[in-house]
Amino acid sequence: MSQVDTHSQHDHHDHGPEKGLKRWLFTTNHKDIGTMYLIFSLVMFMTGGAMAMVIRAELFQPGLQLVEPGFFNQMTTMHALIMVFGAVMPATVGLANWMIPIMIGAPDMALPRMNNWSFWILPFAFTMLLLTLVMPGGGPAGGWTMYPPLIQQTGIALPFLIFAIHMMGISSIMGAINIVVTIMNMRAPGMTLLKMPLFVWTWLITAYLLIAVMPILAGGVTMLLTDQYFGTTFFNAAGGGDPVMFQHIFWFFGHPEVYIMILPAFGIISEIIPTFSRKPLFGYESMVYATASIAFLSFIVWAHHMFTVGMPIAGQLFFMFSTMMIAVPTGVKVFNWVSTMWRGAMTFETPMLFSLAFVFLFTIGGFSGLMLAIAPVDFQYHDTYFVVAHFHYVLVPGAVFGIMAGVYYWLPKWTGNMYDERLGKLHFWLSTIFVNVLFFPQHFLGLAGMPRRIPDYATQFADFNMVSSIGGFGFGLSQLLFIYVIVKCARGDVKATDKVWDEPRGLEWTLSSPPPYHSFNVAPEIK
Amino acid sequence: MSRTILNRLHSAALALLASAFAPAALADWALNMPVGVTEISKEVYGLHMLILGICVAIAIVVFGVMIVSIFLHRKSRGVEPAQFYHSTKAEIIWTVIPIFILIAMAVPAAEGLIRIEDTRNADMTVKITGYQWRWRYDYLDHDIGFYSTLDRESNQARRLNSGTDPYSVENYLLEVDHPLVVPVGAKVRLLLTAADVLHAWWVPDLAVKKDAIPGYINEAWFKADVPGIYRGQCAELCGRDHGFMPVVVHVLERDEYDAWLVEQTADKVATPENVAATRKL
Repeated sequence: MSQVDTHSQHDHHDHGPEKGLKRWLFTTNHKDIGTMYLIFSLVMFMTGGAMAMVIRAELFQPGLQLVEPGFFNQMTTMHALIMVFGAVMPATVGLANWMIPIMIGAPDMALPRMNNWSFWILPFAFTMLLLTLVMPGGGPAGGWTMYPPLIQQTGIALPFLIFAIHMMGISSIMGAINIVVTIMNMRAPGMTLLKMPLFVWTWLITAYLLIAVMPILAGGVTMLLTDQYFGTTFFNAAGGGDPVMFQHIFWFFGHPEVYIMILPAFGIISEIIPTFSRKPLFGYESMVYATASIAFLSFIVWAHHMFTVGMPIAGQLFFMFSTMMIAVPTGVKVFNWVSTMWRGAMTFETPMLFSLAFVFLFTIGGFSGLMLAIAPVDFQYHDTYFVVAHFHYVLVPGAVFGIMAGVYYWLPKWTGNMYDERLGKLHFWLSTIFVNVLFFPQHFLGLAGMPRRIPDYATQFADFNMVSSIGGFGFGLSQLLFIYVIVKCARGDVKATDKVWDEPRGLEWTLSSPPPYHSFNVAPEIK
Repeated sequence: MSRTILNRLHSAALALLASAFAPAALADWALNMPVGVTEISKEVYGLHMLILGICVAIAIVVFGVMIVSIFLHRKSRGVEPAQFYHSTKAEIIWTVIPIFILIAMAVPAAEGLIRIEDTRNADMTVKITGYQWRWRYDYLDHDIGFYSTLDRESNQARRLNSGTDPYSVENYLLEVDHPLVVPVGAKVRLLLTAADVLHAWWVPDLAVKKDAIPGYINEAWFKADVPGIYRGQCAELCGRDHGFMPVVVHVLERDEYDAWLVEQTADKVATPENVAATRKL
């Protein structure tokens, strides 16, 4: 705690932030850093979205009209890397930075200087990653999964890709350590672990997942680097290596990674639904245990991403059964959310609308996930648009809608102004309609036999691809409205009250809107 | 070209409307997995439908409760919110019931998987090698081997702004120069490997998808019950032309297959390239 004391001595006593660029470069304030994370992730969301527009435009009709297949592959690869590491993860870290200290009654994050560093690594990492697109040979085009030997055919971009991933990993690990230390040490007196808001809980578990798996990804990509430049043959069969080993390493990281993206969204939803149902969260403790179970199971299901590589049957059975088991704690969460709504007194402001859509659409993604778990049938689904539809359902109307719900929920708290409810609802309806037009037909495409990651397709896939592309353009354009609503709110003149909503629970609503630059210098008492 | 786009858009809009009422009437708007032509593919289709059915049933219950709640339990109806937040009984019930549902799914799934993995007692064996970007088929019981590449017409039409309308090409992107030829009713064992990067050999109607991996020999099998032409594609990203290495399998009647075999072996003797290609094996 001494660190916090020193910190509060030198820039404290209600003088505000520094002026100009210095405020943002040198800040150690969790609110500033949270804001920067969120803005950065929004910029990346639009960048990755622009790439998705290229993909959907090329897939609008059969034949190649706009881009060469090689560039198409760069787009799919970069779209995924940017959305996963640049948009979804930093957005949830931004929310964690803003909300966790306030929710547990702490004055700031435990390690504020490291916090600054965790953020400022990211713009450099992503600038480097994006620059690979203009390098000789182009950007990485082997898919975000980076399977060797294909990824070894990347040109000069490969070491830049790997270094960018190392930097993102360092940022994530530092961010995660910071969150664990903050939650473990800086809770207000009386806030026992099982009194923490669920968002804090899900982030605590997420942070452990990050610390556990980011080093594994770093190790895997480093082996790719040494294979390419230092003559090792970890993944080269000709030298006694094993290309499938990379897939095991990648997915040992990759499966927990998908929960790293979704668990914070679970937390957000679990904050919002009780507020707008005017009822306490149903089954708080079982929510915590379900989250922990999902996190544990996420470590023992990785090979369901690779049922077709030719594993022994015992391995396939194990991974099939363990994957199916995830449906149990996930089901508990969905049932708890529904029970929270049951016999509540619901109102439907934008955050609640996004949360309801989350429960519906994430559950659809969960169902297709269960279908994919069934190994013999997965042989038909694997690497088709059915998989694309599945993971976009859990990531876009799942994780991204969760984040958007959180942004609308806390935006009045952050800015002190109400956002435009009418425009927020319009953004919700446009997003929800178009996201379904975009991704639902992809289930049909996959079942009918369209493989993923192809720039051109047989003519029988043309109709649903066109529908999907129209949905894609609509969804992309709708997000411009999101930016407009945020900017309008930040500049707005409709002041928000401290509580913002009817009867929200949690310490954040005891602060003013916007909260003072330094909050909870005196820890609140939790009864 | 732009007229085609308009036409497609128009038909897309119409079909979207129509598909809500009569999906079966529109051939192109395939909604579901093919049933296929092997015992395994039928079993896989059955499993798929079973699990889809279970998911839909659960969805109706869960979403139904949600929708009822959204309509009844809203503040605008003047309801007072209840304050319950726990029920051990309910929580045990909705943990235990899903476990039983999952077991009910897992049993047929495991049985199916075991059948799929049983490659014993094959009638013939074909070695499949993936290349960037074509397939090679070697009949290990005969002296036959050849490459299978995207057919010339598709290959021309798929170039960037080729000027050829894909709709004018028959089986656009799904036709090859030399298909894999097998007899009907024979258990065909496949040995899969790759020469450069990962590929995956996939024919939906045969319900076979298996990765072709350099340094590995993977096994798969099928036994087609109906003669015909079955098409599929590479299903593992393998670089620039991943979308352009289709798989085509001709399943022939036994006598036609035997005639084909004779023809192939005769070809071998006739042309020196074929002899050279055979030696390379």
